[in-house]
Amino acid sequence: MTPLSIPSFSYQMKVKVLSRNPDDYVRETKLDIQRVPRNYDPTLHPFELSREYTRALNATKLERVFAKPFLASLDGHRDGVNCMAKHTKSLSTFLSGSCDGEVAIMWNLTKHECVRTLQAHEGFVRGMVVRYCGTSFFTVGDDKTIKQWKMEAPGYGEEEEPLNTILGKTVFTGLDHHWQEGVFATCGQQVDIWDEQRSSPIRSFTWGVESFSSIRFNPVETEILASCASDRSIVLYDMRESAPLKKVIMTMRSNTLCWNPMEAYYFTCSNEDYNLYTYDMRYLDQPVTVHMDHVSAVLDVDYSPTGREFVSASFDKTIRIFPKDVGHSREVYHTKRMQHVICVKWSSDNKYVLSGSDEMNIRLWKAYAAEKLGVLAPRERQAINYNQKLKEKFQHHPQIRRISHHRHLPKSIYHQTKELRIMKEARRRKERNVRKHSRPGTVPVVSEKEKHVVTVVK
Amino acid sequence: MDKVSKKSIKNCSSQTPESAELNPDEVYIDEAEVEELNAADENIICEEEDACKDERKRQRLLEAISALGGKRKRKLGERSEAAVQMSEFTVSGEGEKVNLSDLIGTIDKNAAIPAKTKKQLKTLQQSNKTVECPLSKQESERIQRDVAYQKAASEVSQWKGVIKQNQRAEQLVFPLNQEPSGPKPFERVLTSWKAQTPLEQEIFSLLSINKQPIHDPILTPTEEASLRAMSLEEAKVRHAELQKARALQSYYEAKARRERKIKSKKYHKVQNKHKRKEFLKQFDEMVKTNPAAALEELNKIELARMQERMSLKHQNSGKWAKSQVIMAKYDEGARKSMQQQLEVNKDLTQKLVTSLNNEEDSEIEEVSAEVTPAFVKDAEEGLDSSNPWMRGKLSAEPREKQTSDSVDLTAEGFGGNASEDEEDKHNVAETEEEALLREFDNRRKHRQIQEADTELILCLDDDDNEDKEKTKNAAEDLDTSDKEEELSQFTSLMQGLTDAHWDIEAEFAKTAADTSSQLEQSFIKIGTLEDRELLSQEDSAAEKVPVKPQLSTSTENPLPASPVTEKKRKRKRGIELKHVLTKETNIIHVPLAPTFRDSEDLDESLDQRQLIKEAFAGDDVVSDFLKDKRKQEDTSKPKLLDLTLPGWGEWGGTDLKPSRNKQRRFRIKAALPPPRKDQNLPSVIILEKRNSSVTLHQVNTLPFPFENHAQFESTIRCPMGRTWNTEQTVKKITKPKVVTQLGTIIEPMNRERLGKKLVSPGSQDSVKLS
Repeated sequence: MTPLSIPSFSYQMKVKVLSRNPDDYVRETKLDIQRVPRNYDPTLHPFELSREYTRALNATKLERVFAKPFLASLDGHRDGVNCMAKHTKSLSTFLSGSCDGEVAIMWNLTKHECVRTLQAHEGFVRGMVVRYCGTSFFTVGDDKTIKQWKMEAPGYGEEEEPLNTILGKTVFTGLDHHWQEGVFATCGQQVDIWDEQRSSPIRSFTWGVESFSSIRFNPVETEILASCASDRSIVLYDMRESAPLKKVIMTMRSNTLCWNPMEAYYFTCSNEDYNLYTYDMRYLDQPVTVHMDHVSAVLDVDYSPTGREFVSASFDKTIRIFPKDVGHSREVYHTKRMQHVICVKWSSDNKYVLSGSDEMNIRLWKAYAAEKLGVLAPRERQAINYNQKLKEKFQHHPQIRRISHHRHLPKSIYHQTKELRIMKEARRRKERNVRKHSRPGTVPVVSEKEKHVVTVVK
Repeated sequence: MDKVSKKSIKNCSSQTPESAELNPDEVYIDEAEVEELNAADENIICEEEDACKDERKRQRLLEAISALGGKRKRKLGERSEAAVQMSEFTVSGEGEKVNLSDLIGTIDKNAAIPAKTKKQLKTLQQSNKTVECPLSKQESERIQRDVAYQKAASEVSQWKGVIKQNQRAEQLVFPLNQEPSGPKPFERVLTSWKAQTPLEQEIFSLLSINKQPIHDPILTPTEEASLRAMSLEEAKVRHAELQKARALQSYYEAKARRERKIKSKKYHKVQNKHKRKEFLKQFDEMVKTNPAAALEELNKIELARMQERMSLKHQNSGKWAKSQVIMAKYDEGARKSMQQQLEVNKDLTQKLVTSLNNEEDSEIEEVSAEVTPAFVKDAEEGLDSSNPWMRGKLSAEPREKQTSDSVDLTAEGFGGNASEDEEDKHNVAETEEEALLREFDNRRKHRQIQEADTELILCLDDDDNEDKEKTKNAAEDLDTSDKEEELSQFTSLMQGLTDAHWDIEAEFAKTAADTSSQLEQSFIKIGTLEDRELLSQEDSAAEKVPVKPQLSTSTENPLPASPVTEKKRKRKRGIELKHVLTKETNIIHVPLAPTFRDSEDLDESLDQRQLIKEAFAGDDVVSDFLKDKRKQEDTSKPKLLDLTLPGWGEWGGTDLKPSRNKQRRFRIKAALPPPRKDQNLPSVIILEKRNSSVTLHQVNTLPFPFENHAQFESTIRCPMGRTWNTEQTVKKITKPKVVTQLGTIIEPMNRERLGKKLVSPGSQDSVKLS
């Protein structure tokens, strides 16, 4: 019985083996993506907050590691760069005019080289602007002339000559072109609106005796202009009206202004009192935002084409990038050799910033210091997006904020910032004390926004 | 000469003062001329030989002569300097000043001018009002500027919507006016495409003739109609329904016709009775579902009842009735007919018990019925007239009670109902009982409804009560077999918790049967909690009184039924109720753990404790905790600083200790730290040191846009990574706010975009359709 029973037992024995359905893991074709089984059960992935925090911290640190904004320095001018102009149709073309005035240079940005130079004016080149179609550009100089030049270089044997020259009575200090029509505006002792076809202005605006430093057309509502005047005022105009619209007088003079290219009624002006002011043109009695961080007069400002941020150039040898509705800068660029930055432009693809400074150089910067330029792989892009969101999410955490806000500053600027802070604090303290020791209501609390506007003149 | 000057002066004076004001230079010129002329006359007289001046003299003479002629010529104003703008004052008028009246004079003669204008001019002439002087240049300019600014501001404000939208947008892809890449919808391609070749045109014309769609809805009108129509299955179902309804209708019609033809009185009587019952049933339903309609019905019934009570119709007081009374002695039929009459009266005058009209009453009655079971009343019967429980008809009819069966026990409990009429006293006993039974039935139904409402609560409450009772019984009863029986009963109770009230009643009956002491207890421990509340409200005073007499009487009282039969009855009843209740009740199985600790279940709890002890024999949590705490305390204590150095001032070497003197000198005791916060808290450890490594990374103040901690934490809490979210979610979450393309120029905002935003997609569609 026993010898028989043994084989029968061996037949009944079950052998357990792993068996899986190949449909679950075999790809149909070679090109299919490998299926990655995932289990999102939260118990399997604990500590999500701390893990994400660590990732955010690492991302922040890496961002600082990779923040190398300086791309190139374009040299060739023989005097300080006084004005610059973006080409409206070509990203790689860029124009600049210098202080010795004799030269206006066209640059090829991709090759970092000068393409063409021309003798434009005697004395400063005060302003330059490219026509909306991109075929020609205008310059104004200290020699009381407005000159229109062809964008293309003259052929072999031809002389470099302006297409048009208009002789004015007074010096022109600024220039801007209409965004859609053949009309441009100059400013000097008065604001003139010119038709390209005529040698006399079709309209000129004066309002009191002053001289203007800058004029800008609104890129959205194209008939509206704004100018900065030497009597510390900003004046608004409508090209279709015979009189100016409104004037706001501030405590100190504004140097330049720039309209937001996406939001019709906002403009930002760079002021001598180290600040920038963003105004809503409908409510001029106080600025929407006061942007502070510079430690010297702000000389130029330009909006990014997305209208989200703007860049400012200052006499303190730095350029700063501000979000349009935030009071402090998110970025500051400086180099050892860069002197007072006189003009600045944001490239029209939103990727670069160009600054022209006293020491004859034009510098090319990245608008986002840690951004990787060039084509991104999808996974790379995903990772970048994720990191960006993480940084946003944990932005209030002290370590992350500290690291992301930390910037190395030149010693002078660093100390000056500190000093300014102390001064401001002292003033505030004094005001507080005065208020404390005077009858209630006699010393009102004046907000920072209200402080800088003297009056609005209708 | 004088004449001339005089005349000129006269001229001047004849002019209006206004004109004189306007032309002061004219006067001046005249005077100058006069002087000149005088000088000229002298010249003519004395200097004739001067030949070269001859010409000039002649000229002057001519002038003088012309001046003598009365009408004088005025000198023309000459322009000596080049000027871009002429002053308004230098334009001097030549000749006479023109007045408005001169001009109007010609108008009167001209027939071509309409009368209306003439009239207007006349009124203008007559009006003495002067025109207001114009505003100053500054002021007018200011107004001009203000108007222009308002206009510009309103124009710019059009962008508000677009700007807001862009600010709120989750993602903006620049440049904004990009054409979406990828395949376009078929319709859009077709609309932009036009038939060009003759063949295409022919095809399109054919399509349009046959009403074939060219774009967007790619269905013909007939197809659409068919789509809109019903599906086949639906139609079939509907057809079947209709058929069935028709068949039913014809069936009921036939039935009604047949019934109407039946002549039997009895049949109709039964039918009527049945209908009434049905109606009552419906009415009960209606009370639940549609109280308003029920109230109406109730009013109708009430009205009928009132009428019946007022009339003498069924009171056996008519002629016929009187004759019947006489006949009743001999005739069975007469007696019966009288009986019937009375019954009809009773039926009609009977008050309907519903939840609507006498909710309170019925509740009180119920309570009384539940709380004081029949035997109690039996026991008390006739003893205490002050007892409100006994105030009823019940006490008046003790004989009937005793004879009644145990089955009717509870039914008799309701015997003390005040609603019963006094006049029915003389009625035959059977009829009375019938009425009572009916009433009882009604009430039971009513109670069922109520029970369904408060089922859950009651279940729980009953459970509690039973537990309590159980514990008490366990303590008092020595008989173990009895206890077992009880236990089994309780388990059965747990199963049939649906009929809680009945069970409680039965419970009382049973306890009463057991012992008198138990009875007393059960009397004090009244039914459910709700009942207790009600009791305390209604007759708290009455409750206290009957306790004592009960004690004395209950012992004497013979048991109305044996416990065995009682149990049987109870079970039977439970089953009956289950039959009655069509709906299954939710039975909550509450574990029989005691709600309060008593000495009775000490052994059980001890068992539990033992079990836990055995399970956690290895780990002594309390001592561990104490150890931990001691450790914490030790670490926080200041350390003794020993600065003694061997060898100094003494012998040095191995195994030599520094002297005590030295130790005393060089051992430094640190000051005691402040007392620990958990000093007096035996079961708490408070860590007084902050963990600085963690605080470095923690947010210590609420960031700006958030209003409270919960808000901020909610933004932090949910993870965003791929480890925790699906691929799609991650993509959605991590979408960047602004996307720009490398190497594309971003144009500023365009006016076209404003137009796009203003025209909503819906309106666009409508435009396309038309």
